[in-house]
Amino acid sequence: MINDKNSQGIVDIIAEYARKQSLFIMAYGTGCGAIEIPPTLTSRYDAERLGIRGAATPRQADVLLITGYLATKSLKRVIRVYEQMQAPKYVIGFGSCTINGGMYWDSYNTINLLDKYIPVDVYINGCMPRPEAVIAGFEKLKELIQSGNALGWKKYEDNLEEYRENQKKVIVNWQMPDYNW
Amino acid sequence: MDLLIKILGALATVVLAFTVGMTYGGLTRKVIARIQNRIGPPWYQNFLDNLKLILKKEAVHHGFMQHVAPLWLIAMSITTLMFIPILKDGAWFTNFNFDGDLILLLYLMVIGSLGMALGAGQTGNPNSAIGVTRGLTQMVGFEIPWVMALVALMIQYETTSITGLMDAAEAQGTWLVFSSPFATIAAILAMPGMFRYSPFDIVGAPAELASGPVSEFGGKYLSTMMTSGAIFAFVKLTLYVDIFFGGASNLVELVVKTFILYMFPVLWGAVSPRFRTEQAVKFFWGWPVLFGIIGLIQASF
Repeated sequence: MINDKNSQGIVDIIAEYARKQSLFIMAYGTGCGAIEIPPTLTSRYDAERLGIRGAATPRQADVLLITGYLATKSLKRVIRVYEQMQAPKYVIGFGSCTINGGMYWDSYNTINLLDKYIPVDVYINGCMPRPEAVIAGFEKLKELIQSGNALGWKKYEDNLEEYRENQKKVIVNWQMPDYNW
Repeated sequence: MDLLIKILGALATVVLAFTVGMTYGGLTRKVIARIQNRIGPPWYQNFLDNLKLILKKEAVHHGFMQHVAPLWLIAMSITTLMFIPILKDGAWFTNFNFDGDLILLLYLMVIGSLGMALGAGQTGNPNSAIGVTRGLTQMVGFEIPWVMALVALMIQYETTSITGLMDAAEAQGTWLVFSSPFATIAAILAMPGMFRYSPFDIVGAPAELASGPVSEFGGKYLSTMMTSGAIFAFVKLTLYVDIFFGGASNLVELVVKTFILYMFPVLWGAVSPRFRTEQAVKFFWGWPVLFGIIGLIQASF
């Protein structure tokens, strides 16, 4: 167990504890789900007691929170934001729209499954999920982080070509560098 | 042997300043949360934030100056700390102060912001540029009553060292807050500008400027700046306590005094909206400067 490369050492356990207890979220609120974020973060549900607080810029953020549907136009911005975040970074897909498109499933300009374009660690189901559900989602993410399984960012690095291919399929005018540091 | 104690004392001072500063940061978040009827994060939350940031696997920078700016900040914080006597007497926490250190401190305390301005300028982020402009403007605002207060003290007690002022307080039997009240008021009113809580949080301005100068700094850079901020908060509070409130003869007294003093900008900030830049400067050049002038007049007679 001790010499097993896949098990967590004491340093990993401390590191993952710090990571899970301090989540700076970048709330990407273009969808209607953004309205559930203010009550989650303020006095009523007070996510700060769980170590969750807002970050102002992608450089400082750990969690990218995609609240609701994503138009192909805003997907481009999401990709830029995601690639500017510093690893380890996590993505939470919020609401039905990020899972299967929700009520926009046959829309001509929204994406259906977010996971095809950026790696999602946790989905929060619902249209819209209430703050209790959001906090439950964060708790799930914390579990994944502590056990060392929230590795979406690694998946993205390893399979960048594949993700890029999917992204370029829906983003018609791709005017970005190949990786946005 | 003497030198060894000095060096060990200096190291212990840095650790103490870091611990106390970060704990104050966490307690501040707790206090603000209670004012807003929330539970708030635990007091050690800032330690976890800092640990997480330093354990980030990436930290992007856009050039040499941005890479160096956080180091510049923390070097300034620690250098300033070295000139502040933490405790009044005893061998351990008196540090490297000397005659004239008050004048040196006035210069040292702004150097970090200048380094930060260069670093933030290199990121090319427009929010950083606006934040830096605002920060330097605000500094012009609060430095004037602050310098006036210190000059008033230097004239009144005919000394330019912090230990000299502490000795003067001991000789006359009362804290300087009672013997030169106007200078004290001017300095205390300048304090919220240094700590950058509301209504003077025009530099960071999270919802407006995306955290201003630090907006392109992540990972270890942000962690370094957080550490520097914690140490510098402790430096400023200890300086105020040393000068105006008679210093402290043990650590418990120091912590109690600095925490009570710290609550002034924090509580004011918790119930205030943000000023615009010109409003902030107008505030500092109003009553604080008036009290500074009265303090200077009182000091010269």
